[in-house]
Amino acid sequence: MSETGLDTPAVLRVDGVTAGYGGPPIIENVSLEVHPGKITAIVGPNGAGKSTLLKAIAGVIKTSKGHVYVLDKESTNLAPEKLVRLKLSYVPQVANTFPDLTVRENLDMGGYTLKRGVAERIDELCELFPDIKKSLRRKAGALSGGQRTMLAMARALMLQPAVMLLDEPSAGLSPMFQSAIWQQIEKVASTGVGICVVEQNTRRSLRHSHWGYVLVLGKNRLDGPAEQLLHDEEVIDLYVGRMS
Amino acid sequence: MSGEVLLEVADLTKSFGGVVAVDHCSMTVREGTVVGLIGPNGAGKSSLIDLVTGFEHPDSGSVRFDGAELIGLRPDVISRMGLIRTFQTPREWRDLSVIDNVRVGRSKLARESLFRSLVFAGSMRRDEAVETSEIRQILKDYRLDDLRNDRAINLSGGQKRLLEFARITAARPRLTILDEPMGGVNPVLGERIGEAIRDLKRAGSTVIVVEHNLPFIEKTCDEVVVMDVGTVIAEGDFHDLRDNARVVDAYLGNDDE
Repeated sequence: MSETGLDTPAVLRVDGVTAGYGGPPIIENVSLEVHPGKITAIVGPNGAGKSTLLKAIAGVIKTSKGHVYVLDKESTNLAPEKLVRLKLSYVPQVANTFPDLTVRENLDMGGYTLKRGVAERIDELCELFPDIKKSLRRKAGALSGGQRTMLAMARALMLQPAVMLLDEPSAGLSPMFQSAIWQQIEKVASTGVGICVVEQNTRRSLRHSHWGYVLVLGKNRLDGPAEQLLHDEEVIDLYVGRMS
Repeated sequence: MSGEVLLEVADLTKSFGGVVAVDHCSMTVREGTVVGLIGPNGAGKSSLIDLVTGFEHPDSGSVRFDGAELIGLRPDVISRMGLIRTFQTPREWRDLSVIDNVRVGRSKLARESLFRSLVFAGSMRRDEAVETSEIRQILKDYRLDDLRNDRAINLSGGQKRLLEFARITAARPRLTILDEPMGGVNPVLGERIGEAIRDLKRAGSTVIVVEHNLPFIEKTCDEVVVMDVGTVIAEGDFHDLRDNARVVDAYLGNDDE
């Protein structure tokens, strides 16, 4: 059994990563694991560095210390296009689709590096994402927020990644769409993809995840089975309890 | 410990294109206190500050500062009344020298009339000399004196943050509102900022700090005001928040599927 209590090897391993935006580090010595077919939630109060951590893993910002491994291959500080080849895909919170292109063209772009099988992959994803199947010819910019998030996820899945990083997929969506997004995330995980998700709503993301990591002010503070964290009083302490 | 009510926000409401950012929000701040204004992302903290300081105009409600209504007044008028704010990213006069940035912050000279400057030119020069030595002292306190003739644009991020505190200290406001002073700040500078806030309090300023860094709030503030969905959901001692279900829900999120 690995450290996370999941007996499959990790598809993503983050080992003591420190990163920031040039000034003082935003995250320091952060470690985590993501396993195939499982949803890992990164939670924590505002300013914990959750999105920064995803950006460091995704190669959008530089990691100054520590290592990241995708399928046991070192991926630390690789450019995003190289990470894609290692089977890691990242769905940023904003600017995650091409608004002037149609849904199908967006998916084509997601499969740009595929030599063949693009149409077949789109067909597969249409099965997985019924919402997208209905709107292949629409411009991405004309989709609702929830549909656009679905498209961004589908686009990120074009290259059949082993790991998908999701940065606040339900931000700004109505409660109904938030539920739909979570159902979709669970469906994607059930195909074997390891998912690492950052969300504002701690309780909801723990409820839908297998494992949770609580980050506070850029540091690992607690991790465990998500269901257990959901009822752990210590988590509340980390958010609003006695700090000193 | 706390004095008279200095700031009274009553029933303040503001929508942006159908989204209610501040929703019938009321709070009071007593003179001489350091108040932490906290709450999850999107709670409306920054919008509230914009309304209080005249950067936005509310749909309804009132803001009284030492008894005077602020709604409808321009930001510059409000700041001359002694209510000064900062922004999440320091805003300095980039092309002015460090010392001139602090001088501009000092409103006393700005109010001097042309008449006085013509008739009492001698006494004004003396005032200016006193002024300069005071400002030099403030710059020394913030370790900026050696840089006083440099253009502010050349300062580091941390130094810009300190310049902001130097400006506030020189301006001697009655109320200071700090919008995320700990953003992008290293631990050493963080200590210095905590000290600066305590110094402001000692000098008689009342302070409101908007900040996500709760250990900092716990250490620095006399009391806290918690906002969520545009309104105040709790006020009082930081250590009582843990047992307030509404606050815990605001921070951990509702799971009402």
